Amino acid sequence: MEAIAFYTFAILTTVMFLITVLTSHALYALSALAAGMIFISAFFFLLGADFLGAIQIIVYTGAVMALYAFGMMFFDTTRDVVEKRTSPQLIFGLSGVAALMVVAIFTAPIISGNIEALYPAIDGVGNSQMVGMVLFTKYLIPFEVAAIMLLVAMIAGIVLAGKKMDHSLTLMQDEIECINEEKEQV
Amino acid sequence: MMEITLQHYMILSVVLFAIGLIGVMRRKNLLMLFFATEILLNAVNIAFAAIGSYYGDMTGQMFAFFIIAIAASEVAVGLGLLVLWYKRTGKIDLDAMTSMRG
Repeated sequence: MEAIAFYTFAILTTVMFLITVLTSHALYALSALAAGMIFISAFFFLLGADFLGAIQIIVYTGAVMALYAFGMMFFDTTRDVVEKRTSPQLIFGLSGVAALMVVAIFTAPIISGNIEALYPAIDGVGNSQMVGMVLFTKYLIPFEVAAIMLLVAMIAGIVLAGKKMDHSLTLMQDEIECINEEKEQV
Repeated sequence: MMEITLQHYMILSVVLFAIGLIGVMRRKNLLMLFFATEILLNAVNIAFAAIGSYYGDMTGQMFAFFIIAIAASEVAVGLGLLVLWYKRTGKIDLDAMTSMRG
């Protein structure tokens, strides 16, 4: 049963992400990416990480995809995307990196024979409860730092997409006035 | 039926990561490049969750949470910059952004 679910969702996710990568239409790419994100949450449910699966659906397909959809309203999405003819050096290098990763994945079990769980899951405790227990004791400071990072990202998003950003970001107000006065004198 | 081991999840993760790399290689549009980046982050998330699950450890899930938080803030800042650039120039192609001629 688990094998059927795994293979089904593996094929679905791979196909969806291939559509995202290979299509020349921005709307198809967005829809396929959203579908792939939802299919990925199935793997988290299969692995017993229920809370992570719920977060995946809420954050990725709820927040990130909605953000992309809003962003795409600004752009001309009806036009086909022009593809890049990259340099062969870059393709060579990145293919080498990908091959190295495959080798590392296959040799990893040889090295990792003596790994022990640092924060083992306790029997009889649900996944969400366990996440809370670990997150608010061992990972409290990273959690708070992540909260500050999200706050910074929110302020940055508001400032960047705000109305007055057609002007220069780096020039201060009095400098702009100086430039205007110089223009008037000329 | 064959049992699903850690290797299956790792191979799936590598396949998805390779798809993301292909996207990074062949895209010219910056919005499509962001999509490829999301695929890369998700592939790593699967690997973290699988390793954590098979060793009975919570650390993998914790790192996956932080990666999701980082992805969300990356999208917020990156899309803000992208909208700003599109307002100014009317293009989001990568080749149009090479303003420094070296």
